[in-house]
Amino acid sequence: MTNAIVAEGLKRNFGTNTALDGLDLTVREGTVLGLLGPNGSGKTTTVRVLSTLLRPDSGRATVAGLDVQTDAVKLRRKIGLSGQYAAVDEDLTARENLRMVGRLYHLGASVSNKRADELLERFDLTESADRQVKGYSGGMRRRVDLACSVVSKPEVLFLDEPTTGLDVRSRMAMWEVIAELVRGGTTLLLTTQYLEEADQLADRITVMDHGRVIAEGTPDELKDRVGGERLEITVGSRSDATHARTVLREIAQGEITVDEENDRVIVPVTDGPAALVNSIRVLDRSNVRLVGTTLRRPSMDEVFLALTDNSRPADAAGVPDARAKERIK
Amino acid sequence: MNAFSQAVEDGLTLTKRNVLKNLRNPDIVVFASAAPIAFALLFGFVFGSAIDVGGSNYREFMVIGILTQTMLLTATNTGVGIAHDMKLGLIDRFRSLPISQSAVLIGRTNGDAVNNVLVIVLMSLTGLLMGWRIRSNALDAALAFLVLFLFAYAASWITAAIGLTAKSPEVLGNAMLMVLLPLTFISNSFVPSEGLPSVLRVVADWNPVSAVVEACRQLFGNIPAGRPDPDVWPLQNPVLASFLWIALILAIFVPLAIHRYKKAVSQ
Repeated sequence: MTNAIVAEGLKRNFGTNTALDGLDLTVREGTVLGLLGPNGSGKTTTVRVLSTLLRPDSGRATVAGLDVQTDAVKLRRKIGLSGQYAAVDEDLTARENLRMVGRLYHLGASVSNKRADELLERFDLTESADRQVKGYSGGMRRRVDLACSVVSKPEVLFLDEPTTGLDVRSRMAMWEVIAELVRGGTTLLLTTQYLEEADQLADRITVMDHGRVIAEGTPDELKDRVGGERLEITVGSRSDATHARTVLREIAQGEITVDEENDRVIVPVTDGPAALVNSIRVLDRSNVRLVGTTLRRPSMDEVFLALTDNSRPADAAGVPDARAKERIK
Repeated sequence: MNAFSQAVEDGLTLTKRNVLKNLRNPDIVVFASAAPIAFALLFGFVFGSAIDVGGSNYREFMVIGILTQTMLLTATNTGVGIAHDMKLGLIDRFRSLPISQSAVLIGRTNGDAVNNVLVIVLMSLTGLLMGWRIRSNALDAALAFLVLFLFAYAASWITAAIGLTAKSPEVLGNAMLMVLLPLTFISNSFVPSEGLPSVLRVVADWNPVSAVVEACRQLFGNIPAGRPDPDVWPLQNPVLASFLWIALILAIFVPLAIHRYKKAVSQ
């Protein structure tokens, strides 16, 4: 299998602010890479460099075998981009937007019109296709935007936070649409702040912080990396929870967290079943009233927090503010 | 398809987009004309009684000034529209498409040029109602309208270049007004420039707005009778001077706007 996206040592500064600090990235053809990172970690800058909108200060990148700097013009025929804001013309209808994009890909009038109809159908927009986008809901605008980005059946698709600002139902609908696109063989690079989204859609995940990759792997690998399993024990009261935390310290492989609202303790463990049996014995001996237990893998949230915390040794308080500017409109 | 025909096709596709947009927002033309019409009435009937332009009718004198001023103010729509496209991320989308680098700007300025024709028609009708008359022949009058139209088109490219670096469409609109209003007032638009204090008079004499206004007055036959002949070159040869100004503006701002477009990134 060949790589659809290769980035090597990408650097980019905005004034004194380092957005990309030697980013390396590979995405195999036909797979989905989820690019995760806190606000201002350089996700959007990465997408802009790879989609030819922004030149890196140094480093190089190829997409679909073409250099993003020297072959930008050719490359634009092979990629689709959907940015953070639904970039559709609000005064035009969905159909007009799609036809316009088709014409701008030089598909010709009849192919553009046919392709627009096809996509309206596929993205469930047929009913409102001839109304101005102005009156659309956020979810519908996003669907039009996504439809625009696949008009030319791109080899590589970039989606920058495609579901930010959508309600749960629209988000799930978007996931279905995206999953279907990917089944067609498109290579997808997706940035997201929703860990669940990366878990659902991505074959591999790259975690970024400070413009660099801090972890990379399949969702499962990342979960393993952060550490085995999580034992969730729900107890009878808040004081039971505090007590449980003290007595389980010996069993835990790492820090125990207490979910005070639900009287629950979350214990990182390695050998799950044995740890479960041990914990129950210890708790029973200590007269802690048990309500329930679950053994699970770490959630992506836990992975993310663990990874990004590690990468910020004594993070200066001013730094996140400075970097946040990169994203704020 | 070669690069040129592709650029033409892209430009047409995007012109169509902007014409459609403008058709769906008729308030742009209405508001572009409403303020100048109010100005025209104010100047014509309030100040007009106090300003002496050498025997002829002041309203006839200043209608051309208003018309030229309106062309400049309407040109700000180009910059504001582009700033909106930036804000909405549309420029990002366009830049990711395999289109010629000038197509987006050509489409926008073409669309606004269509709008400007409507504004010229509306303002001319207002002028006629206020007593302005074309006192020359059809050919000269057509040339005058062409000068106005091209001046507006060139001004659109100035605001396009500015719009590509604007922080927000709203700020941009106000900022451009602050520059354009003085530019139109320190000219021969509303008062004869001979009466201005010396420094302002130099500015007025060499102001491109003055050249365009003088050219139109000459071509429409609206030069006040008995007015002394101007003593600076641009006003002695206003039609040629207007075309030179238009060419100069386009020569600077078309490449500048395209250069900025290539680097434009939504913030």
